[in-house]
Amino acid sequence: MDMSAFPLELPETDRPMVRFMNVTKSYGRLVVLDQLNLDIAAGEMVSIIGPSGSGKTTVLRMLMTLETINGGVIYVDGKPLTHMAKGGKLVPADERYLRMMRSSIGMCFQHFNLFPHMTALQNCMEGPVQVLGLSKQEARERSEELLSLVGMIAKKDQHPSRLSGGQQQRVAIARALAMRPKVMLFDEVTSALDPEVIGEVTNVIRKLVAEHNLTMLMVTHQMGFAHDISDRVCFFFGGKIEEQGPPDILFGAPQRDRTKQFLSAVKEAH
Amino acid sequence: MMFHWRWDFTYEILPRLMWATVNTLIAAGAGYAIALVLGLILALAQRTNWKPLTFVVREFVEFIRSTPLVLQIFFVFYVGPQFGVRLSPWTSGMIAIGLHYSAYLSEVYRAGIEAVPRGQWEACRALNMSTADTYLRIIIPQALPPSVAGMGNYLVGIFKDTPMLSVIGVAELMHTANAIGAENYRFLEPYTMVGVIFLAISLPTAGLVRLFEGWLRRKLGL
Repeated sequence: MDMSAFPLELPETDRPMVRFMNVTKSYGRLVVLDQLNLDIAAGEMVSIIGPSGSGKTTVLRMLMTLETINGGVIYVDGKPLTHMAKGGKLVPADERYLRMMRSSIGMCFQHFNLFPHMTALQNCMEGPVQVLGLSKQEARERSEELLSLVGMIAKKDQHPSRLSGGQQQRVAIARALAMRPKVMLFDEVTSALDPEVIGEVTNVIRKLVAEHNLTMLMVTHQMGFAHDISDRVCFFFGGKIEEQGPPDILFGAPQRDRTKQFLSAVKEAH
Repeated sequence: MMFHWRWDFTYEILPRLMWATVNTLIAAGAGYAIALVLGLILALAQRTNWKPLTFVVREFVEFIRSTPLVLQIFFVFYVGPQFGVRLSPWTSGMIAIGLHYSAYLSEVYRAGIEAVPRGQWEACRALNMSTADTYLRIIIPQALPPSVAGMGNYLVGIFKDTPMLSVIGVAELMHTANAIGAENYRFLEPYTMVGVIFLAISLPTAGLVRLFEGWLRRKLGL
């Protein structure tokens, strides 16, 4: 692939927090994402909606470097994430470079993925102590502050097995925030939850949007929630962005037939 | 009558058998220690992305598991010197038995590591943890409890296989019982006692392993 079309670094004047530039991802012959172009501004909250298999989750997983990409470049804060500059050219990033770049990104998963052998507090302290090199004291203060933010301070000494799904997800959010990422990714964080506890997780995210200037990218099936908190909503279909825009327009007056069909199908299901 | 059990003879040989039991336990313990560490190294080596290494390790494990322990013991002790590796029976025995069981233990570890959900690896990645921290602090602690039962089986297994070391003259239980029998022309008491001693150690060990597994799970909060 010709990499000369991709800059080694984005210019100061055109530097979104995240830029997907012609990003392609395929598994064998199955193309999951096809020439994706997507910018996310600093402090912006972008929601991704769409039918399953449309490549929504893959977008987040590529940004978290859990998946490699087959074409294009992802930039974070102006610097390439998936590639690194070597001899004036972009080459695929090695693990050392990825470790440097990955620190700007945090992620929460559908199934929480808390460490089961650690308490809520230990889960939050693990990254700051082992990765950022904070002292235990500093990490504890930071973690307790975040556990308070998500309303889990009273349960800080519990292991995940003693917590409900909603509680585990709130701890997972605190754990990701403890690394002070610039970009937070939420991958269907309410999909595995019982209906009555979804609110406790969405409320935490609402609070983050209201009070923190984080850049956020969220894949969700909660249309009402996406409508309320997003600056922009992207509707994915067949590995492409079919339509995107401010939530009032995308939900209120969608332009494309596929968007209309999807939204009415979702409405019927609820 | 040769089938007449002689208690006086039994008491007479008991101290010698007890000393041999100590030797047996040392051989089993040292062999097991080698197997525990080497097994983990083999298991981790099979998980690297470097194909030549995983291939060599894979074949090594298959080779060890497909050939008899006695042959491996003979090989280390009798063939080693031809390559300039001259080891005492004790050292040869422990290396051979440790090597043999490391192959089995690596499979136990491998299964334990593979049983850790993929989400745990992804969480480590999302927290930007190093590979070493990921294994040492997250994956191995979770892989351990389900591996303990298998590890315990091989602990008893290695203990029961120590008589094989008698073939190269390690003075463990079997070797000592043979010697006593040959000196006194009486085999009933020494062999019976060897069986009793093995039973007396193996049975509680299996129970202790189960207790340890439960304790470990509680300690890790799993």
